Parts: sequence; C-alpha cells; structure tokens
Amino acid sequence: MMANRALGAPRLTGPQPVAKPEVVSSGKAETSPLITAGDSRVPDGFFHLAVLSCGLCVLALVGVIVYELITKSSLSWHAFGWKFFFRSEWDPVNEQYGAWPFVYGTVVSSLLALLLAVPLAIGVAVFITEMCPRWLKSSLAFTTELLAAIPSVIYGLWAIFVMVPLLRQYVEPVLARYLGWTGLFDGTPYGIGMLAAGIILAIMVVPIISSITREVMTAVPQQQREAVLALGATRWEMIRTGVLRNARAGILGGVILGLGRALGETMAVTMVIGNRPEIARSLFAPGYTMASVIANEFSEATSDTYLSALVEVGLALFIVTIIVNILAQLLVWSVTRGMPRRSNA
Amino acid sequence: MPSTPAQPGQFTISPVSVWRRGVNALVTLAAGGAVVLVLLPLGAIFAYLIYKGLGSINWAFLTQTPKPVGEPGGGMANAIAGSVYILGIASVMGVPIGIGAGIYLAEYGRNRFGDLIRFTADVLNGVPSIVVGIVAYGIVVLGQGHFSALAGGVALAIMMIPTITRATEEMLLLVPNVVREAAYGLGVSRWRTTLSITLRTATSGVITGVMLAFARVAGETAPLLFTAFGNQYWNWKMNQPTAALSLQVFTYAISPFDEWHRQAWAGALILIVLIVVSVGAVRLAASRGMLKGAN
Repeated sequence: MMANRALGAPRLTGPQPVAKPEVVSSGKAETSPLITAGDSRVPDGFFHLAVLSCGLCVLALVGVIVYELITKSSLSWHAFGWKFFFRSEWDPVNEQYGAWPFVYGTVVSSLLALLLAVPLAIGVAVFITEMCPRWLKSSLAFTTELLAAIPSVIYGLWAIFVMVPLLRQYVEPVLARYLGWTGLFDGTPYGIGMLAAGIILAIMVVPIISSITREVMTAVPQQQREAVLALGATRWEMIRTGVLRNARAGILGGVILGLGRALGETMAVTMVIGNRPEIARSLFAPGYTMASVIANEFSEATSDTYLSALVEVGLALFIVTIIVNILAQLLVWSVTRGMPRRSNA
Repeated sequence: MPSTPAQPGQFTISPVSVWRRGVNALVTLAAGGAVVLVLLPLGAIFAYLIYKGLGSINWAFLTQTPKPVGEPGGGMANAIAGSVYILGIASVMGVPIGIGAGIYLAEYGRNRFGDLIRFTADVLNGVPSIVVGIVAYGIVVLGQGHFSALAGGVALAIMMIPTITRATEEMLLLVPNVVREAAYGLGVSRWRTTLSITLRTATSGVITGVMLAFARVAGETAPLLFTAFGNQYWNWKMNQPTAALSLQVFTYAISPFDEWHRQAWAGALILIVLIVVSVGAVRLAASRGMLKGAN
C-alpha cells in the first residue's frame, strides 16, 4: 500500500510546489527553464473535474433512461398492474392493453433463433480456433465478425425479398409435409411469420455467440490441449474434454449475450414477423414482438394510456435485457478472468 | 522409486478405433459445414446488395428528393444528407463525452466509483436501441414539441457513448506506465501528460474505437423511428423532422411498390458504402503520421 502510494501518479504530478523555491534560489542559471515551473494543481483539478463529469454523464444517462421509462409508463402501470403482461387483449380503440402476445412473440422468436444459432456458432468457433489452417484463421474470423456490422434494416430488406420467398416456396412446404404432424409447421406457408423472424435473428446472433465462444476457447491454456492429446485422444475428444468443458461457462455467457441481442432486436424482426398480436402454435403464423410493437405503433399512439402502455413494454424489455446482459458478462468473466484479453492464439 | 524403464517393443499401441476416428472426421466436417452455412447468408446479402443496388443507383437517385407514390424516378439525396447530418450531431455530442469518460476510467477510475461507471457503461451498451429511441423521444421530442434531427442525434449519441468509453479506456491502459512516468519526471503536469502523451500515444486505437461506435449507430433505424421521424423534403433545421437513409430504406422496403423496392436496395447499398468508406477513411488518416498504439 505504501509502496503503491509512493510510486503512484498523484505524487509525481508536475513540479511540487514545495520544491519551487529551491529551484529559484539555486539561481545558477540565467537561462529560462525548458518547462515553466508552475503550480499545476489548478489545471489538473479542472481536468479531473472535466473527465469526471463525462464519467458522471454515463451514470446520468442510465438514470435518465430508468426515470423516463418509469414515469412515462406509470399511467398504464396504475391501470393494469402486473396483469398487463398476462393479458392478451391489445385494443387501442377500447383502451384495453395486455402485452402477452408480444412477450410470447419475443420469447419464442428469440429461443428459436438460439436453437438455430448456438450449434452453428459453436461449430464456427471450434473450426476457427481448433481446426482451420493458420492462414485462413484471421480472415475467417474477420468475415464472421463482418456479419455483426451489417445494419439490421439491411438484414430485414434481404429477408423480405430473398429469404421469405425461399421459405415460402421451398422450405415451408417441405417442413409442412414431413413435420406437419407436430403442429409446429401447420397452416398456410406465407413465408412471413415466426419462423422467418427466428431464422433472420439466428443469422444476426451467430457472430456474437461465436466471437465470445472463440474468446473463451482461446483462454483455455494450451497445455490442457497438449495433455489431452498426449493421452491419445483424437482431435474431437481433445476439443470436447479439454476445451469445451473448460469453457462451458463462458460459452453459456456468449449464448446469453446472444439472447440479449435477439430480445432487443427490432427492425429485421419487424419486417418479417407479420406484426399481428396473435398467439399461434404454428411457427408459420404471424406474430409480434415487444420491440416491433413499439417500433410500429409508438409514433401513432394517440391516447396517453396507449403511449404509456407502449413505454411499459419498453421498460419490461429494458429490464429483461439488462438482467440477461449482466448474467452473460458474469459468466464470460468467470472464464476469461486472469487471462490476457484477446490474445490471438 | 526407480522402476525398470520401459523396453522398446514392450507396449503395443493399439490403433485408434474406427468409431473414434469416424466421429472425429464427422465433427470436423460438421464444423466446416457450420462455417459454410454461416458465410452463405453473408455472401448472399452482399451479392444481392450489389446486384439489386448497383442497377438502381443513378444520378437522379443521388441528387433528387423522393417523388410522390406512383411517379417514377426521384431519389434519396435528402436522406443521405440527413443521415450525415444526424450522425454529425451524434458525433459532436457522443465522441467528446465518450472519450472523456474513457480517460476518467483509465486515469482516475481504478477504484470503486470507476467500477460503478464501468458497469454502468456496460449496462448502457446492452440497452435495446428501440428503448433508447423511447428515451430520446421523452427528453427531446416532448421538450421541443415535435420530431427533430436533434432528437435523432441525441438517441444515436447515447448509443455511441458506452462503446467509445470502453474502447478509449482499453486503449489508454495499453500505454505503458513508463511513458507517463517519463513525462511526470520531466515535470509535465498531469492533465498535459494525459492529453499530449498518453492519449496521443493511443490515438489510433481510440479512433478505431470511435469508428466502431460510429459504424454501429450509422445503420441504426429503430431509435430514429420516432425521433428523426423521416422527411420527404430537404431539412437542415435542428428542430425539424429529418430524413435518414436507414429510415427511408425501411419505409420503402415494407411498401407495396416495385419502384420503391428498387430504391430501397439502392439506399441499402449506399448505406453500407457510406459506413465502410467513412470507417476506412478515418482509419487510414489515423494510421498515417500518427503514433501507433504502443503495445
């Protein structure tokens, strides 16, 4: 502690005011000093204050977000209470609001996305970190990250005009014929619907999950791999027992982070989910998500209760994504803690 | 305990069973397949953007405002300008605050309070963009009385800040402490050291972080829906609704008109090009003539 204090920056800031008289009194040199000796405490204080206020801005922003969401949704909260989230009526004309169809749509589309994305993302991560030749590694990693940089409205555009027709013509009829008996793939294949939303979300979530998975897999010590290989394991057995098992908490963190992204994703989903507040068993049927209903109806909300109900949906979305993200952070930390960040092994 | 060393030929190494080798090969194949399956949509998206977009970009598209429904022609010039305008407003607000907060965390924030801010920044990073839109609506739009470019800028700035903050902090921490101590040893004051020595050493890294944040918000649509709102005409006023490229692409994509679909593809292509070019240009400028981040 003492040593830290002695070495720490505060003691070393600028010429100490105490030392100043000595410099002057030595009086040997008539030449002006290279650095004008002066008291830097005042400008230092200002600087500290300036960057501190920037830091406080970050705190304040989250405070403002919470305050705005809570105050603006109070009307609907007082009118409906907890039941708001379990009622399935959404009737702006009669001022009856229930968010259940949106909660259902958000949860189902996100889980569907994870179901599709997780095996793919882990496959990609395993391939990039453990299997692919060195020269391919960085370009492949870059390319998958590029998926994360595409704006969601462009995903939506592509989904509407390319993916949905493909689903309608080729994929959904096949699913209906062979898996129709489950009830999940029932009804007219419009193309647009829950399934389309799940697939486009999966495409958007894969790069997030795979980049986190790669990070935690890289954090597993190399000796671990060598030890398992030395015991005579094949490469896959090495990956399974030596790498994936050690990284599983972090991978779970990546998956949950992907879930957080999927829950809050708005545009691409809004463009393909069909936007109807209904609950249907079939994945072909249109649905609605919490983010989509805000996107579609917020600027048209005429009455105060209507607006307030939409803000309450937003508040719920905010709380859920925050919890999900914190959980994910903790899980990722539990694996990468103490490891050098992003060592490109 | 000395044991007799193994004699050569004493062990028979049994070959790896067919089953295990088979599983290994199968998994390798599956992982490779996963990569192909993930890259397929990426390739398809870019191919379609270029294929559909290039054909629709012409001089009129780049210089004219939208025509009313049914009339062919028209363009997205006002939306392109509007996007640049809104992003400009967002950067003016978001970049200094983000970098300032990053400096605070790196230079003063090695304590409980710093951890709190760090945690808050991560929370802010995870807030869904549509929720940020609601908040910007509450603060700016309700305050001003109508949808405005400023509201859009505020929404995007809120989304930029946490990314820039964390990137700046990370980059400043990469600067070796020796560099700081050398400056202190010369009698340079602390604020001067931070700005002219530490931050300058980390410049290219910080700029990369800023561009990352920029690229992230440049294509955002959800927070602009009820802040910037969109506009069919030119607008340069801060307090008026403003068109934005991403909004226009959205509106045109969900419309029932072929002509608008064509323009949506063109707009999307321009949006991607705008993001890639601005990120590329700034990174090029940053890497030239400035110190590389000291790793």
